[in-house]
Amino acid sequence: MEEKLLQLIEKQARYSVSDLAMALQESEENILETMSELERKRVICGYHTLVNWDKTNKEKVQALIQINSTPEREYGYDRVAARIARYPEVDTLYLLSGSSEFIVEVSGKTMQDVAMFVGSKLACIEGVTGTSTLFVLKKYKKAGMLLEDNEDRQERLVVTP
Amino acid sequence: MIDYESYLNTTVRDLAPSGIRKFFDLANQIEGVVSLGVGEPDFDTPWHVREAAIYALEKGKTFYTANPGLLELRKEICAYQKRKFNLDYQEDQVLVTVGGSEGIDLACRALLNPGDEVILPTPSYVAYSPAIALSGGITKYIELKEENGFKLTPEMLEAALTDRTKILLLNYPNNPTGGTMSRDDFALLVPIIKKYGLIVVSDEIYAELCYDEHFCSIASFDDIKDQVIVISGFSKAYAMTGWRLGYLLAHPTFIKAMNKVHQFVIMCANTMAQYAGIEALKNGDEGIEQMRLSYLARRNYLVEGLNRLGLKTFMPRGAFYVFPCIKSTGLTSKQFCELLLSEEKCACVPGDAFGDAGEGYVRISYAYSIEQLKEGLSRIESFLKKLDDGKVKV
Ligand SMILES: Cc1ncc(COP(=O)(O)O)c(C=O)c1O
Repeated sequence: MEEKLLQLIEKQARYSVSDLAMALQESEENILETMSELERKRVICGYHTLVNWDKTNKEKVQALIQINSTPEREYGYDRVAARIARYPEVDTLYLLSGSSEFIVEVSGKTMQDVAMFVGSKLACIEGVTGTSTLFVLKKYKKAGMLLEDNEDRQERLVVTP
Repeated sequence: MIDYESYLNTTVRDLAPSGIRKFFDLANQIEGVVSLGVGEPDFDTPWHVREAAIYALEKGKTFYTANPGLLELRKEICAYQKRKFNLDYQEDQVLVTVGGSEGIDLACRALLNPGDEVILPTPSYVAYSPAIALSGGITKYIELKEENGFKLTPEMLEAALTDRTKILLLNYPNNPTGGTMSRDDFALLVPIIKKYGLIVVSDEIYAELCYDEHFCSIASFDDIKDQVIVISGFSKAYAMTGWRLGYLLAHPTFIKAMNKVHQFVIMCANTMAQYAGIEALKNGDEGIEQMRLSYLARRNYLVEGLNRLGLKTFMPRGAFYVFPCIKSTGLTSKQFCELLLSEEKCACVPGDAFGDAGEGYVRISYAYSIEQLKEGLSRIESFLKKLDDGKVKV
């Protein structure tokens, strides 16, 4: 049931507990309990909304920063990662295989903001040996969703055999 | 004045207009309708399949194919049927058609002589009796019962047999009831089919949409396999209704006969669609499973919702329809659907569109998101309340 529940709410966080109970043939208590348990175990890490800020008046820029780093004895990359992750400017942080160790998604108000943050904060973190900043120009798809969807689904007839 | 009607072929003239068509015309005039009335998936055709068709076009695959369809596609169909349903067919036992729809027509045309009888369990999909009539056949209806899960029982079958019976038409998982037949259920029919030499035309277009047990084809009984003509296609499983791609599986003698008609009437199925079909069969298993799981959640949601509203609803085990009984409202199927449409702008299909056996039921499709189903349920709820309060004029 856990997997089916997760599959349903991964795409739609707004199902009510009673909707989920009906769809999964479970009691509402059972759904609630399972969800709490999954939250506690941090399998469910939040119920966010996918916002395309580009369509609002809010000023926001995003950048992907490749970070080079050296590992530490005993800790590997975990302590560097923890230091990077603390900054609220950091939206996403992954450890990678390949030429750089981390990739970080950073957002700020302006390009200056982001550049400042990288130069004065990220680059100075102990264990970080280099950064390279890639500014995002346009977003097409995020979390499995096309941000512009120009397919026409109204074509389906109202009643068919 | 010329009476143009008098020129018409009398069988065509006398074909009853589809009850669905009439209801479509009604629903189509109303703005803001929440429809639960369609018989096609709401999912997009998986992208890899669409991409394969685009690539086929780019590569100039714009010519006719061999009449029975691309050899590679027929090979993939055989591999797929073996992999999924353990059916053994060779390429010369496959005919690629313009949807399951053409398959229904070809099977009737290739087999029926005027006066031959076809046993058709109902409620049933709307295309069968017209196809039978156009081939000069006579339809013998069997009324299936909700108590039996809309299954065909050996008693019912035997009672319908005459010495003109040639074909038994089966459609499981069923449109409109969502009923299925298990291997054990079929096993009871097999001796009768064998004994009387019936040809079974088995419309298995919903084979991939089984929720509680794996699909069993009646062609998997070796005793009668060569008496079975399987109709299948891509419309429902792969969300490919608009592509018009389906196929027939049968004994080479039947395939040859059906191909005779097909080659003159159709020539071959759409070439780009055939290339897309190859891709769908090769790499589509995962996509099918995702859609199946979505339908399953929707089915559960809808059946529970309807039962809570007091509409006794049989739990369908396949396809994407539920078939609740509305007899408790005292309305006929048509009245129910027309009033639901005019009072609440919600469109379902009256059960009698699928034959007399469907009277007292309505078909509700769950090829819709849970949000849409929720809206539909709330409209049905408020309609039932109005009925209870005597606020609806019949
Ligand atoms: C039972 C059944 N058979 C056949 C068809 C025809 O499907 P297609 O011609 O798209 O393959 C349908 C479509 O609604 C159906 O419900």
